[in-house]
Amino acid sequence: MSTPETIAVAMSGGVDSSTVAAMLKSEGYNLVGLTLQLWNQRRLAGQPGMPESSEGRCCSLDDVYDARRVAEHLGIPYYVVNQQDRFEHDVVQPFVQEYLSGRTPVPCTLCNNHLKFAQLLDTARQIGAERIATGHYARNEYDPVRDRWILKRPADASKDQTYFLFGLTQQQLSRSLFPLGGYRKPDVRTMAEQQGLALANKPDSQEICFIPGGDYKKFLDAYLAERGEAMPDTSGDLVTTTGEVVGHHEGIHNFTVGQRKGLGVATGSPLYVIGINGADRKVVVGSNEELTSKTLRANRLNWISIPRLEGTMRLQVKIRHRHEAAWASLEMSADDIVTVTFDQPQRAVTPGQAAVFYDGDEVAGGGWIL
Amino acid sequence: MMRRVYMDANATTPLLPEVLEAMQPYFVERFGNASSVHSFGQQARGAVEQARIKVAALLHCRPAEIVFTSGGTESDNLALFGATKPGDHVITTTIEHHAVLHAAEQLAKSGREVSFIPVDDNGVVDPDDVRRAMRPNTRLISVMMANNETGAIQPIEAIGAIAAEAGVQFHTDAVQAAGKLPMHVEKIGCNLLSISGHKIHAPQGTGVLFVRKDTKIEPLMYGGTHERQRRAGTENLAGIVGLGKAAEIAARSLEDGSTQHIAALRDRLQHEILGRVADAGVHSGEVPRVPNTANLWFDHLEGEALVISLDLKGLAVSGGSACASGASEPSHVLTAMRVSAERARASLRFSLSKLTTEEDVDYAIEIVPQAVAKLRELSPFYHKNDTFPVNAGRVATAQI
Repeated sequence: MSTPETIAVAMSGGVDSSTVAAMLKSEGYNLVGLTLQLWNQRRLAGQPGMPESSEGRCCSLDDVYDARRVAEHLGIPYYVVNQQDRFEHDVVQPFVQEYLSGRTPVPCTLCNNHLKFAQLLDTARQIGAERIATGHYARNEYDPVRDRWILKRPADASKDQTYFLFGLTQQQLSRSLFPLGGYRKPDVRTMAEQQGLALANKPDSQEICFIPGGDYKKFLDAYLAERGEAMPDTSGDLVTTTGEVVGHHEGIHNFTVGQRKGLGVATGSPLYVIGINGADRKVVVGSNEELTSKTLRANRLNWISIPRLEGTMRLQVKIRHRHEAAWASLEMSADDIVTVTFDQPQRAVTPGQAAVFYDGDEVAGGGWIL
Repeated sequence: MMRRVYMDANATTPLLPEVLEAMQPYFVERFGNASSVHSFGQQARGAVEQARIKVAALLHCRPAEIVFTSGGTESDNLALFGATKPGDHVITTTIEHHAVLHAAEQLAKSGREVSFIPVDDNGVVDPDDVRRAMRPNTRLISVMMANNETGAIQPIEAIGAIAAEAGVQFHTDAVQAAGKLPMHVEKIGCNLLSISGHKIHAPQGTGVLFVRKDTKIEPLMYGGTHERQRRAGTENLAGIVGLGKAAEIAARSLEDGSTQHIAALRDRLQHEILGRVADAGVHSGEVPRVPNTANLWFDHLEGEALVISLDLKGLAVSGGSACASGASEPSHVLTAMRVSAERARASLRFSLSKLTTEEDVDYAIEIVPQAVAKLRELSPFYHKNDTFPVNAGRVATAQI
């Protein structure tokens, strides 16, 4: 006699994860629905610049309600797990620190690494589920030839979330299911409708889940104010690439590489942020041509389809989520540092962002841009 | 069919068969608005007043001192807002139920001054702290009779005496004490007392505020002159009838050995579980508690995962308190008792009722230590390198 495997479905109240739950239910798995309570949406509400309501944000009360209703409709147990402390420590505080250091963070990747594919896997195992299923658009499978778990781009390239999943370990990949990897989003909505899910037409949530309104600067102010901490003074000079001072800025966290607006400097031709020097608080501005680089270095590397980088490899590299992967040659230049040399110069290489390396459809690995 | 065992009576209780039976006629055959002049109204009125007499008997007070409300929360709010006005000082504790705590916080924003008295490590208030907190403008003291999370019984008679001596009004939230402890309002010395129906096997949406004859309160709800102009709104006829029946049964339970029986079950549950699990204990175990409650702590595990694991095995208990989303939040009661955050997060409340059987307790004794052991095994010794069997793929059934 065999008993159905128990799988924990990570449910956000959105169409994707709800459809995953419905799909797995009809395949006969024993399911438990879990929502991670990561951030109290009302915590900064009403502070300057922060909206009062929290519609359209992942895991607001309305989203929990929606997830709960889906679970009820499918007849599966459903729990909300409080991981606010860990999220604040592992995602929000690094987010703040990165901006204050002049880097542009990718919180969703940290959330995946520390919460969704770490804490959630722990909780799932504790309640008897060895695997979790999520609504991520990605594909994973085990390759017996290479004896490795492989992460691949999904069928729907426009929804590809593998950029945020580059940090997953072999262990995490072996315990995760991505049932939507082979589907296009419109088909997922159709499936949701067929399964009788009332939220088949619910809009996707777009921004960072803990920043209602999407204004990260207001968030930084509100967050620090709520903690009774003063915003550190990182004001300083705006300089050109030759070191000439052309202006003054109020704080390095207001800038990101490639930014054109908000520089407060009027010149004949457009000026862009070329780089941010956290140490001496200088924001370097320059022309469009100066904004490109042929190389980047990345550290804190994670390898997926290969155990490590040997010699020189040619891979396609994404330097931010919305970027078309560009061909490059990769080589280790130090113990945990890879040097990426692009065939063509790339625009706005941004420290703090992730560099993710693709071998065709497969994620070879990735790291954090220095 | 998986066995389902309910050990969360402090959250709510099912109707007893006699309560449901007593209510039945009042939905259709004997419906009526108790304020109507005609025979339907008279019948309804009769039933409401019968129920009122039964509730008064539970509290040893006069029927006219009973105000029917929608539940404990409304009763608490009615007491706090109704018996004070701006400029008054109110004394309450840090371990009150949220209905009192948040109402008190709102009082503080509405022109009253509020003092929150701390508790000792056992979760008990010291009456001397109450006395010391008094000011010339103290108008109301509100201290719960027994705490809903730990079961710890508070020294309300002593506090009642202090209040009487100072000419200050005294309210007690007796929601968790009703049916478990004798309640003589004269002995307690309270002006106001709250009861919730659904904790004593009456329906949700029913409750009582005892308002002593000499005590004036401003109503929260305006409308008709119901409840001697203290609480407007057409009487919840069937609910009140049920509440009356439940109160009658609760009074009997205090005399017929039911509470001792529940205490014996609770003691066995507590003793056996703690005997089989290391690094575990009971909150407020050293002080008098209501007979049905055991709040146990288990070090080295996540309480949330334990509650879920037990639920998946059919045992219903509670941990912490639920926030709006349903996620658990650290218990303010345990925090007030200076329990560490880790231990507070690993505390589970078991609360029994007259319906709990020996077999229920046997089941809990069997599965709780197992679940605790499994969680502890997983937490410190969690291996980061193990992988799920690679040949499981997407088959729906695991090979056993």
